[in-house]
Amino acid sequence: MARYGMVIDTKKCVGCMDCVVACKTENNVPEGHNRDWIVTVVNGKFPSVNLEIQSQRCNHCDNTPCVACCPTGASHIHEVGNVVLVEHNMCIGCKACLAACPYDARFINPEGYADKCTFCIHRVEKGELPACVSVCPTHCMYFGDLDDPNSEVSKLISSRKNHQLIPEAGTSPRIFYLT
Amino acid sequence: MNSISRRKFLKISGFTIGAAAAVSTLSPMIKGANKFNKEKVKGIQKIPTYCDLCFWKCGAVAYLKDGELWKIEGNPEDPLSKGRLCPRGSGGIGAHSDPDRLRSPLIRTRNRGEEIWKEVTWDEALDYIAEKMNKIKTEYGPEAVAFFAHGIGGTFLKHTLNAYGTQNFAAPSFAQCRGPRDVGFELTFGEAIGSPERTDIENSKCLVLLGSHLGENMHNSQVQEFANAVQKDAAIIVVDPRFSVAASKAKYYLAIKPGTDIALLLAWMNVIVSEKLYDVDYINKFGFGFEQFAAEISQYTPEWAYPETGIDPELIRTTARVMSQYKPATLIHPGRHTTWYGDDSQRSRAVALLNALMGSWGRKGGFFFPTKFAVPGYPYPAYPEPIKPKVDNPDKKYPFASEEITTGIRDATITGKPYPIKSWFVYATNLIHALPNEDETIKAIQNLDLMVVVDVIPSEIAGWADVVLPESVYLERYDELHSSPFKEQFLGIRQPVIDAPGDQKPNWWIAKKLAEKLGLGNYYPWNNIEEYLDFRLKKIGLSLDELKKKGIVHGNKAPIYFEDGIAPEFGTPSGKIEFYSPQLAAAGFDPVPKYKRPDQPPAGYFRLLFGRAPVHTFSRTQSNRILMDMMEENEVWVNADIANRYGLKNAQHIRLKNQDGVVSNKIKVKITERIRTDCVYMVHGFGHNSKMLKSAFGKGASDAQLVTKYVTDPLMGGTGMNVNFVTFEMEA
Ligand code: SF4
Ligand code: SF4
Ligand code: SF4
Repeated sequence: MARYGMVIDTKKCVGCMDCVVACKTENNVPEGHNRDWIVTVVNGKFPSVNLEIQSQRCNHCDNTPCVACCPTGASHIHEVGNVVLVEHNMCIGCKACLAACPYDARFINPEGYADKCTFCIHRVEKGELPACVSVCPTHCMYFGDLDDPNSEVSKLISSRKNHQLIPEAGTSPRIFYLT
Repeated sequence: MNSISRRKFLKISGFTIGAAAAVSTLSPMIKGANKFNKEKVKGIQKIPTYCDLCFWKCGAVAYLKDGELWKIEGNPEDPLSKGRLCPRGSGGIGAHSDPDRLRSPLIRTRNRGEEIWKEVTWDEALDYIAEKMNKIKTEYGPEAVAFFAHGIGGTFLKHTLNAYGTQNFAAPSFAQCRGPRDVGFELTFGEAIGSPERTDIENSKCLVLLGSHLGENMHNSQVQEFANAVQKDAAIIVVDPRFSVAASKAKYYLAIKPGTDIALLLAWMNVIVSEKLYDVDYINKFGFGFEQFAAEISQYTPEWAYPETGIDPELIRTTARVMSQYKPATLIHPGRHTTWYGDDSQRSRAVALLNALMGSWGRKGGFFFPTKFAVPGYPYPAYPEPIKPKVDNPDKKYPFASEEITTGIRDATITGKPYPIKSWFVYATNLIHALPNEDETIKAIQNLDLMVVVDVIPSEIAGWADVVLPESVYLERYDELHSSPFKEQFLGIRQPVIDAPGDQKPNWWIAKKLAEKLGLGNYYPWNNIEEYLDFRLKKIGLSLDELKKKGIVHGNKAPIYFEDGIAPEFGTPSGKIEFYSPQLAAAGFDPVPKYKRPDQPPAGYFRLLFGRAPVHTFSRTQSNRILMDMMEENEVWVNADIANRYGLKNAQHIRLKNQDGVVSNKIKVKITERIRTDCVYMVHGFGHNSKMLKSAFGKGASDAQLVTKYVTDPLMGGTGMNVNFVTFEMEA
């Protein structure tokens, strides 16, 4: 079974938000909300400054506090690629998962259910890349199976310096940022 | 880019994407083209077109789901987008569903600028315009009508106005943007840079950016090639008073003092000439006046440049050597928006000369020779012979202007000299934000007998019109064929994907109807644009049906570098690359660029710099709900030490006041280590005050409003706008 993850090259990312826009139209994300977003980390003192731009979204963690806390079983691990999903019909909008997620990746859709990045599983199951990955004009995002040592993502993680977000939360996030 | 979490977004109720109903009163002329939409075809339909969120014109594919607009992707066949649009292009459906769009023709009922209108029919609006135009022609002659336009959509209106008898057309893209750049290169190599830029970034081994903030400035092909160069580990050198995104990708960042670029360029050339690091063969073969140039440049040592630029002489030397190491694949990017200080065409000449030293013109990794898909024009009757010369540049006041000067037309409209201008047609360019000094623009408008604006949104300039004509957005219309000069030949089509939501019309329809009302119907021998396009396409063995299906067709292979067969010819008077320019000397200008220190901000004031964000184009996308969700207001970037000194808090709202006492809208403070202490920065295009533009109204501040001062480039009439200084007004 695959275990999907993402690798994002912060050296190439320009923070253009195309990934955010593409997600919005692909997934019809309602106005005022987004499933992915850009964070710019600035270090140093002018003119010796360092910038890291991160395209962030649900990390589809291996250890999922959001699934563990869900009272209805709506938040679950999908059998394809271990992607973390929410079954809209079962969700009661109690916001427990919103509080549990260390990445602030979830929001309540105006229709009442917890919403977040799905790794575009509807596309991936058809053999396409997630919308954000396929639109990125700098080609800085990669998607694939972390369990396959020959996948592009696995190779990038083993060959390039990288980090995850808030690893200390212990969720074992599956998005890796190349630096 | 600001760090944004989705939590920060305000909820704006009552509108969801995709819910914009496609109810329309289509004219018989475009009915049929949109049938699929009316019947709400089930399932997915893909329709190729080309983007209009900026002027780059990327090939795109629009997706309809059950007859509703769903998303837009890049067309993989398109050499400009290579299948990936920029964020604005990806958010293009927001242009269709923008609730603030103009919906019906409007005629002003109160004073100009009060924005009080009555809705009228197209017949009423066009009759009104035609009657006024006929009167103007009788009283002042047809040249009294001027046309300002931006983008390919202005083609047909220009045709109608040409037929009417005027040639007074200008676009802010020259005197307010790339004009100085193109003139500097014309004076040196005999050719302009053009658009899209002829820069071969993806093959550059060394790329130098002066103020160009690629990545924030989102010209698609440029950014894609830039990312490629980053991946290939090109030596990137960024010169900018602000630590741009591009600076964060650079090997060398030069935090230059604003306005001193010419000093840096002269010092670089000094190092390269004195250390003999230039391309000797290339200059021997193609150079003119190199000895005089070299003699003059010898005085500009890095030590001389240091107090001006603030850049360490050793860093100047190192970067000059790095450039030379990779020549001729060293590209000193000519930039695009280059109207900064009023000596901009001379700065651009210095950029051109530095490239000449690298031998990069005509070489791989430098400047390529663009090739273009040729399609014969439509055989129209000849236009009437102009009686009066163009109004914008009387007696060649600006001898090297190679295009028309917007502000020249504005001056003529104010003074009535060399002859009166009595009508403005404005197509898709918000002159209030595009031209410096809003007061002069408004003063000129007050002298008009007829002011017409054709646009998709109610921009500020529309607020000053007598008649506003609502255009359909690109997803709802056909347009002129697209073939840009680029690395390869291609031809693209724009075609309607969905119905217009109101009484909007495509520009070709507006132009044709107006021509008919003016008795100039013979200039439109075709009945509708399909006929026009098909006629032209048949001439080259294609058909409209075929191009509609493919979206893009490719042309012949053609050489684009000297090394693969382009003849090294230069359109200068000497036929060579002019290091020393006799024509500049003859006209009384510096034959080799000289540096002059720009005015400095008084104590307590900061130089106002402005630029681009990747999610917006000029002042025309702020009401697009998708793009607004990405960025709904701009911020003023203030250095952390300065903020500290003035007690500014991050995200606090302040106002900016300029040297002439003009006070901006409220704007959020962004405290940052990413900018020098002597300047502040904001993204252009915000701070709308058009009442009809409800969603963008009052969000952020307009740099244009603060640009009351400008310095005109004596060579070509460009308006240098980075010469304004602002201070902080702490009131919330
Ligand atoms: S689209 Fe790509 S370059 Fe742009 S912000 Fe997203 S990840 Fe970065
Ligand atoms: S993977 Fe799909 S759902 Fe997730 S952020 Fe990217 S586009 Fe959005
Ligand atoms: S650069 Fe972006 S906005 Fe401009 S035409 Fe291309 S996709 Fe559209």
